[in-house]
Amino acid sequence: MKRHSITVIGAGVAGLCCALELAGRGARVEVVERGRALGEGSCSWQAGGMLAPWCERATTDAVVAERGASSIDWWSQHFPGTARNGSLVVAQPRDAADLTRFAQRTERFDWIGADRIASLEPDLAGRYRRALFFPDEAHLDPRRALAALVKRLAERGVPVRFGVELSPDAAPGDIVVDCRGLVARDVLPDLRGVRGEMVVVRCRDITLTRPVRMLHPRIPLYIVPRGEGLFMIGATMIESEQRGAASVRSTVELLNAAYALHPAFGEAEIVELGADLRPAFADNLPQVRREGRVLRANGLFRHGFLLAPALARQVADTIQMETNHADIPERRRA
Amino acid sequence: MSFYGVELSSRLLLGTARYPSPAILVEAIKASGAEVVTVSLRRESGADRAGQSFWSLIRALGLRVLPNTAGCHSVKEAVTTAHMARELFDTTWIKLEVIGDADTLQPDVFGLVEAARILAEDGFEVFPYTTEDLVVADRLVEAGCRVLMPWGAPIGSARGLNNVYGLRSLRAHFPDIPLVVDAGLGVPSHAAAAMELGYDAVLLNTAVAEAGDPVEMARAFALAVEAGRAAYLAQPLEPRDMAAPSTPVIGKAALGD
Repeated sequence: MKRHSITVIGAGVAGLCCALELAGRGARVEVVERGRALGEGSCSWQAGGMLAPWCERATTDAVVAERGASSIDWWSQHFPGTARNGSLVVAQPRDAADLTRFAQRTERFDWIGADRIASLEPDLAGRYRRALFFPDEAHLDPRRALAALVKRLAERGVPVRFGVELSPDAAPGDIVVDCRGLVARDVLPDLRGVRGEMVVVRCRDITLTRPVRMLHPRIPLYIVPRGEGLFMIGATMIESEQRGAASVRSTVELLNAAYALHPAFGEAEIVELGADLRPAFADNLPQVRREGRVLRANGLFRHGFLLAPALARQVADTIQMETNHADIPERRRA
Repeated sequence: MSFYGVELSSRLLLGTARYPSPAILVEAIKASGAEVVTVSLRRESGADRAGQSFWSLIRALGLRVLPNTAGCHSVKEAVTTAHMARELFDTTWIKLEVIGDADTLQPDVFGLVEAARILAEDGFEVFPYTTEDLVVADRLVEAGCRVLMPWGAPIGSARGLNNVYGLRSLRAHFPDIPLVVDAGLGVPSHAAAAMELGYDAVLLNTAVAEAGDPVEMARAFALAVEAGRAAYLAQPLEPRDMAAPSTPVIGKAALGD
């Protein structure tokens, strides 16, 4: 890549992944973020951090699994805290049919019985007779992972400037990568917000070493261990752009799921309730669009950590391809 | 077929929840040929019109929207939601759901009748989600409902028509009220069976939304609804116990020796 100067706007998972990918290909990169600190105003901060392409395959487009599978290696390489312990899918006995159906719609899993469940997750021993185990999946703590990316960028001489609000048109640089998420709807009218809510609890009595999904008729529920007794329970998906704190109804459903997984969660301490809006296009798949010197990378929906590495590659490939021919500013508009 | 004076040619009504994406929802609606789509209104989306982005995708299709008081467990909740829906979608139509049991999502028929009366008096055109119970149906008609929507089976259960006898008897008692089987259908043959009973239409959501290929499943249901309706009009046979040979047996030519 020619040594372009590139401004990335937004220090969520999309922006940071793009910055790292572009810096890795030799560009001079700077990241600006209007939040005053990492995570402020970024929906990546509320993410589950599951790298679960094959679990997602059961309910989403095949493209998500195809593009997401490589993110496990990407994260392992850039964030040593990435845990490659697989994931587990269970259902309450009354929802047993949903487990069969989930299995029919995806791949790369094993049907496991009570003994294997007990050996994988001793605290779940005796609670489920059957489960699906996806050995190749991974998970990470999104907040630590984002911090690790900022550190990596710093090591490569890429500054991340917080508290700086720039419009893409006014941003310096030969090329601007607009990773503002839902804020970018001023220029992306087909972007919508899909509300999600989550809970973080502390429970010292339970240890899990991998995310556990619990099939639920309404919510794609999961519990992700974050270490030190912390667990993230997520996440609702509501076609609403209402801001504001998690609702009682959603919170009750999320907490109920944890309690159903293990009654010891009944004694857990509620550490945090979160709610935010995921940026999504109509097909719920991310896109890269070009307008002059501005590339807009957006629409990661509920797959921020899973798909951001692939999105970043797409951004970098687009820039590389274009610059092999001519200077970006002179190219016709996309 | 008409609902509250509105003539419709498609006998398939489609719900809009739980599709993999709004884009697939739009394709599925087109494939189904539906002219009416239900939209469930949760209060968090209603406040400040926070669900606008999603609804605008549906509105752009130019179909008639039947807002739904999904997930309401009390008369008051359902009435409040109905008012919000009337304002947001600018329609007097309301699919009235008052849930009585959280596990089966069975209608609370007592609350349903009460809410239907309140809403009908207030100028709403109510589509009550009810059971196949005749007496309840009678009370709903008394309350002002001119369409009835009995369940086939619990919402999302994909079990088909749980009580064919009850549904048939409901049809016989209300020859002039449009009847729509709402909820519980899993596969197109369930929809065809409902239409063969003489039901005016079927309403689906999960069976299409959560199919592996929602668009293709929407098309399959549209075909089944058409087939079932045609079969009903063509006056099907009644089952019988003994064979009824379709060719004469006496005087049949003996083949061979």
